Amino acid sequence: MKSTLTHTAPAKPAPPGPLEAFERFEKRAGHAGPPWLRALRTSGISYFGELGFPAAHHEDWRFTTPSVLAERAYAPAPRPDVQIPGVASLSLVPDGELEAHRLVFVDGHFAPRLSRVLPLEPEQVVTNLREALEFQSSLVESFLGRAARHETSAFAALNTAFLEDGAFVYLPAGRELAAPVHLLFVSSQPGVVSHPRVLVVARAGARAQVIEEYVSLGEQAGFTNAVTEIAAGPGAQVEHVRLQRENGASLHVGTVEARQYKDSRVLSHSVSTGARLARHNIHLRFEEPGCEGVLNGLYTGAGDQLVDHHTIADHRSPHCQSHEFYHGILSGRSRGVFNGRIYVRQDAQKTDAKQTNRNLLLSNEATVYTKPQLEIWADDVKCTHGATVGQLDENAVFYLRSRGIGEARARRMLIGAFASETIGRIGVEALRARLDETLQAWLAEELAAPGPLPLPHPPGLTT
Amino acid sequence: MNTNNDTIQGLVGGDYKYGFVTDVEADAVAPGLNEGVIAAISRKKNEPGFMLDWRLKAYRHWLTLQEPRWANLRYPPIDYQSIVYYSAPKKAGQGPKSLAEVDPKLLETYERLGIPLHERERLAGVAVDAVFDSVSVATTFREKLAELGIVFCSFSEAVQQHPDLVRKYLGTVVPYTDNYFAALNAAVFSDGSFCYIPKGVRCPMELSTYFRINAANTGQFERTLIVAEEGSRVSYLEGCTAPMRDENQLHAAVVELLALDRAEIKYSTVQNWYPGDAQGRGGIYNFVTKRGLCKGRESKISWTQVETGSAITWKYPSCVLLGENSTGEFYSVAVTNHYQQADTGTKMIHIGRNTRSTIVSKGISAGHGQNSYRGLVRIRKSAENARNFSQCDSLLLGDRCGAHTFPYLEAANPTARVEHEATTSKIGEDQIFYCNQRGLATQDAVNMIVNGYCKEVFKQLPMEFAVEAQKLLGVSLDGSVG
Repeated sequence: MKSTLTHTAPAKPAPPGPLEAFERFEKRAGHAGPPWLRALRTSGISYFGELGFPAAHHEDWRFTTPSVLAERAYAPAPRPDVQIPGVASLSLVPDGELEAHRLVFVDGHFAPRLSRVLPLEPEQVVTNLREALEFQSSLVESFLGRAARHETSAFAALNTAFLEDGAFVYLPAGRELAAPVHLLFVSSQPGVVSHPRVLVVARAGARAQVIEEYVSLGEQAGFTNAVTEIAAGPGAQVEHVRLQRENGASLHVGTVEARQYKDSRVLSHSVSTGARLARHNIHLRFEEPGCEGVLNGLYTGAGDQLVDHHTIADHRSPHCQSHEFYHGILSGRSRGVFNGRIYVRQDAQKTDAKQTNRNLLLSNEATVYTKPQLEIWADDVKCTHGATVGQLDENAVFYLRSRGIGEARARRMLIGAFASETIGRIGVEALRARLDETLQAWLAEELAAPGPLPLPHPPGLTT
Repeated sequence: MNTNNDTIQGLVGGDYKYGFVTDVEADAVAPGLNEGVIAAISRKKNEPGFMLDWRLKAYRHWLTLQEPRWANLRYPPIDYQSIVYYSAPKKAGQGPKSLAEVDPKLLETYERLGIPLHERERLAGVAVDAVFDSVSVATTFREKLAELGIVFCSFSEAVQQHPDLVRKYLGTVVPYTDNYFAALNAAVFSDGSFCYIPKGVRCPMELSTYFRINAANTGQFERTLIVAEEGSRVSYLEGCTAPMRDENQLHAAVVELLALDRAEIKYSTVQNWYPGDAQGRGGIYNFVTKRGLCKGRESKISWTQVETGSAITWKYPSCVLLGENSTGEFYSVAVTNHYQQADTGTKMIHIGRNTRSTIVSKGISAGHGQNSYRGLVRIRKSAENARNFSQCDSLLLGDRCGAHTFPYLEAANPTARVEHEATTSKIGEDQIFYCNQRGLATQDAVNMIVNGYCKEVFKQLPMEFAVEAQKLLGVSLDGSVG
């Protein structure tokens, strides 16, 4: 255990991997894009050089062995030269079901032929970052790298160092983006890393929905180190959905950093079902009074998966609200990690912060580590948090059975309901339906797996 | 209702009543820590060889460790070479044979502290072991307890008279390798209480140890060991005070509890070391390792603590629930006022089947006080049907204090049920308003609400001490409302 506010630099020096990779990357891509970008990348790699990979005993990485990530080759993926067939069908929501701006990225590189941007209103921007860096350099400059804390997070620093492409969504004041933005990140080559960067800017009163979806093509191990920056201006609303569905061999580190200004609203949803090791850092920061933040999440684990969410609701101003709901379902030998932090800074009076983390363990081998954390330096606040770990309520199972529903189905129904609480908060209907469906399929598989949970019967009522 | 108001109101000023110094001649070693000092302590106490060996092993291990810094506490580095590791009132010698031989000055000191060492006094239902600086000066009711086979004496006496018991149990729950402060304590501990409850015996009275730091520049390192044999029961209370001084004094204690089959140990602490002044000068650094092992089936260990003193509190009374159906409990009220800092909580390690634990923690922060709850609930894979419930509440009085919660929940068994709830709030204006319109003055209303907030923990204390504990809730209530 270690003090948590201060992200003390871990002792381990940076391995040569990323630094060497950066030199090569500089030679190849260093001259592309505006000059300020080069300075930003250099600051990213120098912060990484200072930070190094987090050591195993680092408080933020106690349960998620960072060495697995450090041992990876850090060469950014080269641009895939052939158009890979079947990429578009990887999404959970097929094209016909969701009317959305769709940008597809393969190994971090924009794939224009798979992408489509719907008509936009004047001044609205939905594009890939590389293009924006070329044509709207000064607009991007004023927002890029402002929310992500690459000075304290090694992975955000690496993403900055290797920043090349990603998505840029910009909404001028008062405009609503009519259709959601759907970003599909496909990992296709083994042994390479992609560092996609997403930048979402909603100026005063603007509204947007952005869905990021991470998938793999094939069964080979990929590594994604994604960073999303959100700036929500006064009165703006951004709904951000993150779906992590990579294959079971992949490594995934995802960072979401949002800065909120007066009376803005950010809804962050994270659904993480894939990857061998998935680490999510989601951080809402209330810079001005009246902000509201929702941190909503669902994670499932099976086999040897490890799924880790570290969230922060940082109340830096008075009169802000944060609501956090994270549900986990863990099966097989999987491990679930949840660390939710609520900071209430001095003078952030009238803060209202709530946090819940609930976990279901479906097998004897699964483990959950949860650490709901409050750090409060103001007095006129209402803060609550709660965390539970357990099984299904046997009375509820019994009730359903007494109504003639078979036991396995009763359990699926109850677990489905448990998950639906979080899925139901997502504002994109097509997505909700698909998520419920995949979850039921996953459950059917997990609950049918050989040697699952010994199903206890209420005493004396065994049929 | 009236009593409550009086007790709290008496404290509004927050004056530390126990800050006087007793002028007794002390027998002390020179400041500093090395193997010679440890050998000297061991020699002064006329210890058998195994004790010195153990101390030296602990000391050598301590040298390899680094002071833990993960707690949410801020303090300047401690200079371990400037501390006096042994100080004893001179006349004590081998320890008084009876109360009549105890230095009257010491008796008077304890009288002033409200802890009478005369056996006929107010707290007649309580046996007291009084520890003054490094040594035990008196233990009451020993003969009466001995009739039942209960051993209740100072640790030094236990080493002389029951070396086999000490050797068998010392360090079994908190080994010297446990942590930095436990290793330091093992190397230099000077005294403490030893308590052994034989099989099937219910201890007929409360046992209690009263710790007093008196000498300047002295660290206090005491060690308490309680062994409850099969089917026995004991309720134990410790209290502590220290003089007001500008420098910080170190207190690093170890408490080990061992409960065998169906045994029950209730351990209550009212900690009121000198907390420093309103500007944060002085006060005790309190780094304590407390752990209970529920070794036997259906055993139970219950910790209750009221932490009002000390400049720094670092303390996590824990239960290792090894025996099937064993129970661990932790009830805590921690108050930080002025510049006090507390990082306290508990650990519940569930190993046996059907083990249960309850955690109720109430933190109160006022002034510039920083109060952290840090707790671990670990359900090991073997802990079938384990159950835990934790409730951690924080009350903030004033806008410059802090309340922090760091609960760690780890569950590796699907039949486990772990629930954690925490709230942080201040006294609501609506609550005050309601009380006002029922004719209660604001101050009374605040007092009443604070008392009600702590009630769940206070009711766990032995009756005589619940009242004392309320008195100790020395919260400066100024500025907590409006």
